[in-house]
Amino acid sequence: MKNVTIDVKHVTRVEGHGNIAVNVADGEITKLELQIVESPRYFEAFLRGRRWYEAPHISCRVCGICSVAHTTASVKAVEAATGIEVTEQTLLLRKLILNAEQLQSHVLHLYFLAVPDYLGVGSVIPLASTHGDVVKRALRMKKLANDICAAIGGRHIHPIAVHVGGFTHFPKPDELVGLKHRLEESRKDLFETAKLFTTLAVPDFTRETEFLSLQCGGNGEYAFYDGDLVSTKQSEPTKVEDYRTRVLESVVPHSTAKHSRSPHSPAYMVGALARFNNNADRLHPVAKEVAEMLGLRPVCQNPFHNNTAQLVECVHCTEHSIELIDQLLTRGLKEEPPVKPDRFGKGAGTTEAPRGILFHEYEIDGDGKIEGANLVIPTAQNLANIEADMRAMMPELLDSGMSKEQMTLRLEMLVRAYDPCISCSVHLLDIEWD
Amino acid sequence: MRPRIAIFSLTSCEGCSLAILELEDQLLSILDAVEIVNFREGMTERSWDIDIGFVDGAVSTPEDKREVEHFRECCTKLVAIGACACLGGLNTLKNYQDEDEYRAYVYGDCAKYFPTTPAQPISAVVNVDHELPGCPMVKEEFLKFVTFALAGRTFKLPEDPVCVECKKKGILCLYEKGIICLGPITRGGCNAICPSYGAKCEGCRGIVAEDALKAAGVNLREQYDVDLADVLADVRMFGAYQEKTLP
Repeated sequence: MKNVTIDVKHVTRVEGHGNIAVNVADGEITKLELQIVESPRYFEAFLRGRRWYEAPHISCRVCGICSVAHTTASVKAVEAATGIEVTEQTLLLRKLILNAEQLQSHVLHLYFLAVPDYLGVGSVIPLASTHGDVVKRALRMKKLANDICAAIGGRHIHPIAVHVGGFTHFPKPDELVGLKHRLEESRKDLFETAKLFTTLAVPDFTRETEFLSLQCGGNGEYAFYDGDLVSTKQSEPTKVEDYRTRVLESVVPHSTAKHSRSPHSPAYMVGALARFNNNADRLHPVAKEVAEMLGLRPVCQNPFHNNTAQLVECVHCTEHSIELIDQLLTRGLKEEPPVKPDRFGKGAGTTEAPRGILFHEYEIDGDGKIEGANLVIPTAQNLANIEADMRAMMPELLDSGMSKEQMTLRLEMLVRAYDPCISCSVHLLDIEWD
Repeated sequence: MRPRIAIFSLTSCEGCSLAILELEDQLLSILDAVEIVNFREGMTERSWDIDIGFVDGAVSTPEDKREVEHFRECCTKLVAIGACACLGGLNTLKNYQDEDEYRAYVYGDCAKYFPTTPAQPISAVVNVDHELPGCPMVKEEFLKFVTFALAGRTFKLPEDPVCVECKKKGILCLYEKGIICLGPITRGGCNAICPSYGAKCEGCRGIVAEDALKAAGVNLREQYDVDLADVLADVRMFGAYQEKTLP
């Protein structure tokens, strides 16, 4: 095909509002954009003037799907700015609730947003009658993840008990025992999910890019909660406080979310595939087996396999959560009051959200009020990379003999593979600190 | 005929749309009882012939205003879900800052590409038939609303403040610890979830009716020597838009 115009408004089965606009004239791509048309939100602006302890409860409202990750990055940033060191129990509880959010978000994306494309339907709704057991399995897995979030934080969407310095509520031991049993039971569901994914025809497309994620030092765990920045093009670690040397942002007119580049690449990828590519050797042995079963090996350069990496991470998070619950039960849960600040200043916090590395940075004045804030969102970091993929894929599609409808679907599937969280991505800021 | 349902989002985190998907135990029954015909976050098909439209998010751009007017035209009943749609929500915090300044703070020289307006609840732009408040909305309340709608009954929000539910659960009042909590002046129906998990009520379900507000003021003064004005000062977080209706 020599001439084609693709205009998708809005891309469905993604979080938030985005359009795909492609023009090809005489075989030349004259326009190719993933337009982010989500309303700008201005969180960084209206965090200013709020009190230090309000930061997590305000900034979790950036995103309903990954509000635990925003809460986590936010409490870590405030703690870095106020000299707080949290207890071992707090760390274990935070890792557990973060694991549960990865699980709930990945299951939602795999079954509700991505799988319908592979089964040739427009949503999960018709699958309820044709593939009832599959939908029930998905709901069971999602509910378990949400119940873990609720036991620790009060609820998954905008958790209540996660505060700067610690928690204001603690799960009862019998709640944790019950959740552990359900996690063990869910191994069957994960295995069935993996079997389903071996049957899906993942598009064959590769483009070499850079993968950025956190990595724990030494023989540390597969990094979600903490770590330093590493990438497939710069393996020596960078501390979170120096993240601005690795993440370079700019504004483009067709997107309310900023685009990101690295010192090495005009575009890079964050998320499950990036974490897998950097940290596959640290996965739980069962997750490694599932990766092998699905044929996923680092460094994988096919963005459609972000879905496969999400599934491998579901297995890892399940096994790791069982271990965390065992540790919490062995230690015994204590009602610890949150640790209080001993100073106010500037600090950055990071965590791996389901969609990739997330940064929060705050400057807090002597009275404990927030003076400046910066949030760097995973989906915004991926936008330039998605466009680069679309640009590389378009000539292949034009040569493939596909109809315009098939090409459009393939582009939408590519965007969905990144699991973009668009309403999250549209409030970014680059301010110069003194 | 099953009612034709749509779920829309304006300026928000889409957490209230997501809350519907978090009704895992009831989702299949809901899908049996209603027909979802338009839900960008979850499905590709889109119809504009709609019996009940649920909207999360505030109106904060010219495009939001156009969209919500379109939703109003296409939906027999329009229901605002969540603090953003019902009260303007957190988005209204920007209304207290200089518009040129906050736009430049976030987008620098490119601010001109991204139009914005002061954040408003959708009822400020179009007629709204029902509101299901909260940040996020209480998913059990959504379920109750749908059940009532299917039975042809009118759903009414609880009138009592969060305080009543909190006392029933036997939770130690946060005022006893010297913490200012919005429970006495905030509409209940959330089963006092924040105090249940050790946090103060932040007022996400909006302020109770005038009589209840007056009663709360007297009670706070007599019991805890707290001025109602100090409590209302915290309302800005979720519902700054309500300030014009306050005493």
